[in-house]
Amino acid sequence: MWSGTPLFPETASTIASRVDALYCFLLAVAVFFTLLIAGLVVVYGIRFRRRSPNGIGTTIRGGAVLEVTWIVIPSLITAVIFVWGASVFFAMSRPPNETLNIYVVGKQWMWKFQHLDGQREINEVHVPLGRVVKLIMTSEDVIHDVFVPAFRVKADVLPGRYTHIWFQATKAGRYHLFCAEYCGTRHSGMIGQVIVMEPAAYQAWLGAGSGEGSLASEGQKLFTDLTCSSCHRPDAQGRGPVLVGLFGKTVTLQNGETVSVDEAYIRESILQPSAKVVAGYQPIMPTFQGTVTEEQLLELVEYVKSLKSSTATPVDDPGRSRERH
Amino acid sequence: MTTQVDLANAIEQPEAFMSSTLAFPPRNYLNDGYGVKSWLLTRDHKRIALLYLAAITFFFFLGGAFAVVIRLELATPVGDLVSDDTYNKLFTMHGVMMVFFFLIPSIPATLGNFLVPIMIGAKDLAFPKLNLASWYIYVLGGLFTLYALIAGGVDTGWTFYTPFSTVSSTTNVIPTAFGIFITGFSSILTGLNFIVTIHRMRAPGMTWLRMPLFLWSMYATSMIFVLGTPVLAITMLLVAAERLFHFGFFDPRLGGDPVLFQHLFWFYSHPAVYIMVLPAMGVVSELVAAGCRKPVFGYSFVAFASVAIGVLSFLVWGHHLFVAGQSVYSALIFSAFSFMVAIPSAVKVFNWTATMYRGSIQWDTPMLYAVGFVGLFTMGGLTGLFLAAVGLDVHVTDTYFIIAHFHYIMVGGAVLGYLGGLHFWWPKISGRLYNEFLGKISAGIIFLGFNLTFFPQFILGYLGMPRRYHAYPPEFQALNVLSSAGASILGVGYLIPMLYLMWSLRYGRIAGDNPWGAVGLEWTTTSPPPTENFQHTPVVTSGAYEYQVARMQ
Repeated sequence: MWSGTPLFPETASTIASRVDALYCFLLAVAVFFTLLIAGLVVVYGIRFRRRSPNGIGTTIRGGAVLEVTWIVIPSLITAVIFVWGASVFFAMSRPPNETLNIYVVGKQWMWKFQHLDGQREINEVHVPLGRVVKLIMTSEDVIHDVFVPAFRVKADVLPGRYTHIWFQATKAGRYHLFCAEYCGTRHSGMIGQVIVMEPAAYQAWLGAGSGEGSLASEGQKLFTDLTCSSCHRPDAQGRGPVLVGLFGKTVTLQNGETVSVDEAYIRESILQPSAKVVAGYQPIMPTFQGTVTEEQLLELVEYVKSLKSSTATPVDDPGRSRERH
Repeated sequence: MTTQVDLANAIEQPEAFMSSTLAFPPRNYLNDGYGVKSWLLTRDHKRIALLYLAAITFFFFLGGAFAVVIRLELATPVGDLVSDDTYNKLFTMHGVMMVFFFLIPSIPATLGNFLVPIMIGAKDLAFPKLNLASWYIYVLGGLFTLYALIAGGVDTGWTFYTPFSTVSSTTNVIPTAFGIFITGFSSILTGLNFIVTIHRMRAPGMTWLRMPLFLWSMYATSMIFVLGTPVLAITMLLVAAERLFHFGFFDPRLGGDPVLFQHLFWFYSHPAVYIMVLPAMGVVSELVAAGCRKPVFGYSFVAFASVAIGVLSFLVWGHHLFVAGQSVYSALIFSAFSFMVAIPSAVKVFNWTATMYRGSIQWDTPMLYAVGFVGLFTMGGLTGLFLAAVGLDVHVTDTYFIIAHFHYIMVGGAVLGYLGGLHFWWPKISGRLYNEFLGKISAGIIFLGFNLTFFPQFILGYLGMPRRYHAYPPEFQALNVLSSAGASILGVGYLIPMLYLMWSLRYGRIAGDNPWGAVGLEWTTTSPPPTENFQHTPVVTSGAYEYQVARMQ
């Protein structure tokens, strides 16, 4: 039973070793203080044991120097841990600029992955070794959580919102992906695998294709089918804002506030169009709540992202879309 | 009569107090009326404490039985003992019973109820009828929750995260939520009663800085009861309202925010952790002082640390949401506050340890529990630092590391404090001595069983085993088997005190007023005390734990 029982998890991402370093420092702090307290309790317990039934202890009311010492030293140690933990967290929260984006939709009780090239996977996701991969995640029902222990990354997957994690795998192999937020009956069955492949093998896997178009081209079809294109025209003559080159920009709303156009804003504008209307336009767009699924939303988002200002036609080139996020 | 004279005698001639020739006090609170009515309509804080003791012991063993089945299931990687739905209900009911119906009321409602008036030299709490009412409210809430259990259980986890609890779960969420809602009022009333009693009913000479440290911890706990519990009550109502009437508080499809629930829930439930552990800290201060027969080192630091913990406990709830999509900067603020709350906790641990220096340490059962608390609480607190460090919490949150950490605080801390206090004051409560040999043995069994159960879970958590998993990958089995083996030892350790304490009620030797040779007003009255606690209102002339003063007189 003990064979194959690890005591330390696999280390397979760039951030993992930084998390482990902090963990080891904290282990050292914890072991030191536990042994200090336990040692003192045992030594005092033997040395100052009651020797006669009438014995009483020596009255010592306290000592200001000692009190200050054991307030100041723990404060300094915790300040160091705070800064260290915060710096690791900053690194986790901010992906490098160049990311390979993969969309994730969680539902009771499965994971759906959508690659920009159009590959779709269930409970399994293939990623290339050494590339920075960013997961853009949402849920169709309740809160889930993507957790890859070997990468030391985890984030809740929320209904109605997009959350992100990123990682850069350093070792090829298959790694557990767990749902870490309790989500009902088959929560412990909502597990999968991250398959890290050598770049060449990954290209071969991509080349095997899915038979479907890229995410952006699927989004373009929807854009036409849902007649979005009749108002959001590329020539600024439509009743809705021009979407070309919009992603990543900052727009001004009717009330004077500004909002930067990211995945969440596009999603919200499809589902609740009147929530944040761009200045100069009327709140006349109908809601698509209940009409489009989370996966279709992601296709539409990806289509809008693909509309570059250099060209008025949709860019059906997932390679370019991957360059920026 | 001055109390100190009696104390001096107790220390000089403890054997006199241990002898079996002592007589049971002819008039005491236990024989002041017989029959069911004399108990169910009592206004005596001591009898109400025993009513609570019976009720929470029931919930403790019920919640413990669920834990036994959980650990049996987890002995193998596949889910083969119970179905996944049953498993989810088991850990939910384990959490609900243990947190809301055992841990939160445990020390305040039993030992606190019994001791607060006696320790300040009063006849009863400020509002005796309200005290009885709070027990009935607790029982009513408990009945709602038991109904939910019998009607098929509930599967949301004790945390009721939305939108699962409001939209998705098909189990008995509403009766459970109402049970918790109702029980909350018993906490509020108990807290109110303690605050007023400690402010208004202290005996002549009992100044704030002469109060036993147990009272300081009860005071801080009461503040959290009064200020925190209403938030939980409102949150439970919102869950019920969204479930029944589809108000869009938390469900994003109705325009709600699922994370809002987590903010509201933890705004109460993190302070609730200190509701569980602050009283145990108060008990341990008493146990260490009596076990060493000297004042607690740095009395005022220990006292004000309780207040500091009570205040800071309201500023750390966001550390439960580091991976729940809150902003980076709010995560950092909650991280900083979480580190701050570690400082007063550390101050207490250092002061208890320093108290042992040049003490006269008697290794009786209560002292074993006290040092067990110090060791396990230290480990629980230090592993809390792992979780306050945001970048590390991301990896370990929602894994078995969390389970291990909070069981070190709630079982290693709160339950050991409770059991230590129960043993220490058992002679006062019952008038009889329990079997000291069995006491020490079972304290050792509990300590070993506890560590074997929960230490492997730290390793499992860092390996990445998520909590609330009915089935798990096979490489986690060995550590789970160790944990399950530990749980069976722990279960035996809990049963032994239950048996010998019951046995002692009838067959235990007569305790006498002060079997430990301890100072403190509760040891100056008879065991068990009379209904009015003291023949004459005591006059206090010195601080707590003045063994030297007691010896002089």
